[in-house]
Amino acid sequence: MSELELLMQLFSTFFLIGMFTFGGGYAIMSLIQSEIVTGRGWITESMFTDIAAISQTTPGPIGLNCSTYVGYEVMRNAGAGQLMSVAGSITASLAIILPSFLIMLAIVRFYTKFHENRNFKAVMDALKPVVVGMIAAASFALTLKFQPGQTPFITVITDNFPDWKSWAIAAAAFAASYFGKQGPIRVILGGALLGILLFP
Amino acid sequence: MKKVSLWEIFAVFAKIGTFTIGGGYMMIPAIQDELSRRHWISDEELPDIVALAQGAPGLLTVNMSIFAGYRLRGVPGGIVATLGCIFSPIIFILLIAMFFRSFSDNPLVVRIFAGVRPAAVAVMFAFTVKLAKGNGRCWWKWLMSAATLLLIALLDISPIYAILVTIAGALGINMWREKK
Repeated sequence: MSELELLMQLFSTFFLIGMFTFGGGYAIMSLIQSEIVTGRGWITESMFTDIAAISQTTPGPIGLNCSTYVGYEVMRNAGAGQLMSVAGSITASLAIILPSFLIMLAIVRFYTKFHENRNFKAVMDALKPVVVGMIAAASFALTLKFQPGQTPFITVITDNFPDWKSWAIAAAAFAASYFGKQGPIRVILGGALLGILLFP
Repeated sequence: MKKVSLWEIFAVFAKIGTFTIGGGYMMIPAIQDELSRRHWISDEELPDIVALAQGAPGLLTVNMSIFAGYRLRGVPGGIVATLGCIFSPIIFILLIAMFFRSFSDNPLVVRIFAGVRPAAVAVMFAFTVKLAKGNGRCWWKWLMSAATLLLIALLDISPIYAILVTIAGALGINMWREKK
């Protein structure tokens, strides 16, 4: 596949992701995970986890940061140079926002009507639990690999969880995030600190 | 109301995009503050805008920028507001992406990311649990969440199909109910 073809595939994949993202940054990450990491194998799980962490700790919308970074990394992984990789990141960024741009412009015109539409409300209500399942699946995909029909059926993603120290960090981070109600930036920076302390 | 210049729209959204970290929900207060201070959007309108921006596909922040920009200056306003809020995050990520490659073998960076990876995954799990609480005591919502998880994780089915089927199903059921 030529670099130009890859660029076009990046555009169409991110356009599709942008069109079907309901529920913000984490929903975008779950779609990128399934379409680009698992689906096409353009980047590895561990690279994607790094990108997910960086996207949450830098300025700007998480979903956009993640797309910009993944666009760059996909081109670099395919052997592209610096310039084509920058083109990849800009292509992914524009493609992820283009569908919502077109849809929002349409919505703005029928603003009042749309808002009270009961079909619209019914769809929103039904999509919420599906988004829960999607984000759960993406979280599992960064932790475990499921291989139906093979033994072992479940293996750990060892790049993300090499040993018990990783599980300890994950448990602490979950507790800080869920029970301690700490924002993602603090929790991820805390993980960085624990990484320096625990890993030789 | 005096006509707002496109440059001013760009500058305000560039400020929002540059100085807010943590994605959509963190950005709502920042956007609210910037817009209401300039009387670009009334406080009564804001909840509607947030609801619409959440309902439409895509990024919450970008959707809100399009909406606000459009209300001020039509389609050009929407384009300028969007470009404003994505401009500096793209530059910032590009710089990180370029430099990360040359530092990724650095022993300190390796240790940092050995800690960052499990933490980032845990944050996603915590977010999943928080979001799942929204299912409440509704059995069919839990069933849908579980079915989506199993279809994606075990059968490698794209979430896009799950979304398409849900939209079609919800529309069908709602229309059938209203017909009765």
